[in-house]
Amino acid sequence: MSSVELLPALLVVVPILLATVPIALGLRYDRTGWSVTLATTVGLFAGTVYLATVVYGGSGTNQEVAVIHELGGFTAPMGIELVADTLSTMIALLVTGTALGVLAFTRVGGPRGNTFYSGYLLLVGGLLGLTMTGDVFNMFVFLEIVGLGSYALISSGRGPEAAVAALKYLIIGTVGASIYLIGVGFLFMATGSLNMLDLAATVPTLEGQNLQLARAAFAFIFVGFAIKVAQWPLHSWQPDAYQHAPDGVTPLIAALVSTVSAYALARLLFTVFGAEFIASTPYASEIIVTVGAVSVVAGSTLAVIQTDVKRMLAYSSVSQFGLIVAAYGLLTETALVGALIHLIGHGLMKAGLFIAVGIIAIGYGARTVDAYAGLAGERPFVAGSMAVLLIALVGIPPSIGFIGKWYIAVGAIEAQSWLVAGVIFLSTMLTLAYVARLLERMYFTPASALEAGHEDTATVGHAVTDGGTATVRGTRVTIGMLAIVIFVAALAVFLGFAGDAFFALLEPFVESADLEVSP
Amino acid sequence: MIELLATRYAYLLMFVLLGVGLYMTIASQNLVKKLIGVNLFQTAIFLFFVAVAYVEVDGEPGGSPVVPATENPASSDLILASPLPHVIVLTAIVVGIALTAVGLALIVRIYSEYGTLREDTLREVRADE
Repeated sequence: MSSVELLPALLVVVPILLATVPIALGLRYDRTGWSVTLATTVGLFAGTVYLATVVYGGSGTNQEVAVIHELGGFTAPMGIELVADTLSTMIALLVTGTALGVLAFTRVGGPRGNTFYSGYLLLVGGLLGLTMTGDVFNMFVFLEIVGLGSYALISSGRGPEAAVAALKYLIIGTVGASIYLIGVGFLFMATGSLNMLDLAATVPTLEGQNLQLARAAFAFIFVGFAIKVAQWPLHSWQPDAYQHAPDGVTPLIAALVSTVSAYALARLLFTVFGAEFIASTPYASEIIVTVGAVSVVAGSTLAVIQTDVKRMLAYSSVSQFGLIVAAYGLLTETALVGALIHLIGHGLMKAGLFIAVGIIAIGYGARTVDAYAGLAGERPFVAGSMAVLLIALVGIPPSIGFIGKWYIAVGAIEAQSWLVAGVIFLSTMLTLAYVARLLERMYFTPASALEAGHEDTATVGHAVTDGGTATVRGTRVTIGMLAIVIFVAALAVFLGFAGDAFFALLEPFVESADLEVSP
Repeated sequence: MIELLATRYAYLLMFVLLGVGLYMTIASQNLVKKLIGVNLFQTAIFLFFVAVAYVEVDGEPGGSPVVPATENPASSDLILASPLPHVIVLTAIVVGIALTAVGLALIVRIYSEYGTLREDTLREVRADE
């Protein structure tokens, strides 16, 4: 086994094992957690970059360029595989890169403490496992590890509200993962296999009763993931979780947890079941498109009426993931590439936006849309970066938000799905509605006389309204934090020119998904 | 119908348990009972996997049965148990325990902060603040 083939296993095992180190060292030393986590995350990022050079350097089909690790030397289909193909490598890059950026923010922005960093490493390890696993049951285990990590991190907020939000997420998230497990059970009944590639070969040959079982499996798996990806009306855990999580945790969870779940859904839909199965199942494609489209409209509408900025961005996530799920249901190559680009772009933009929200809460004491008044005058750099990211979220070129939406729209027109084409237009309008509200406050509303001495009143007001969830005392905005946000904003614009590059990198995966069927 | 009950009772029981668990999770106002509901929901899935594990093989028993192969009275085929679902159930039980532990820890913290375990009271207390 060459050293590259060890890399997928190391990327999963190392963070999970090292998650115990901050707690163990914490018995003796107070503040080692951050250093351990930084060293690990830098190592993971370097490993992923090396993996990317190998995967994207190779030529051939998706299976030929993929780096595959067979755990314990048990060969597939009996053993469990970790697979880094063209798609999962890209998601792994997003996971490690974002984890590194958010970690830099938590250095000063908090929350601190060794147990927090243990949870952080556990979550990153779980996310990388979920990204690379090639086994449907193993995917359930990683889904639960990711869940456990997120519940722990959300509840690390100071106020009691965080615990309530985490418990709500725990109950709904566990039911979601369990429903997915029922789907795995049905799939196992139908095929007798758990390996994804083995399933991909078996599912098209199913007939009669076994085909019915596979369809039942499909239904359960889709509903389970609709909860994990936060599709309306199963999204109710998400706004509370995002709002009450500490400022250092929300960027990580908002950018990665639902994103990787949505990636896992794509993996199951297009690698395990395959486009032909979805197209031949009555109403499957229509249901996926409808669930996505309803989420877009409901999420955007709910976002417009929110007063808390974090909550508004959380509802915005519901609508953006609705767009991605609707694009999956279209079953065309262009829409799939668009969905995957939007997946990565949305992750980046939300990470940047939530870090900016954290900086503004620390430096300006503002959490509600109204309190953002006059921000641009006082904090031009944060306000500017946030404005760029918000405009990218609407999908105005050149930005990564634009190319994702553009490909999805082209795919919708190719598939002649006028519903989705209309919903994309409507969602852009609604996104603009809540983005414009925030931009108007930041740039055109002066900080009123009542709110002069902003820091004090806002902190007091916040402590009352928010239960003092994340008012971190003794923290300040550092140059490093600003640099992260500005870098993310620049990246979101720069990647707007990289549409063709994304297309070229993802081509082997999209070809292997074999979408040349008319739905 | 009788035949279905006699041969597929494990699957029927699974759906009954799923329903009871989900109903408890949604309808009970007590947070601990909600968590018990989630546990019941998961237990139903474990039962499902154990039931799935019985496979019939024509003639020779293949693989490595955990339960020794016995003859099926209905068709005189050999019945044996596939070990894979059992491994899955074991793993899922471990995952379930971890989740229950985290859930209970959160409930302890909610109780110490608000002094109640009931969801409706919790909502009132939070609305007052």
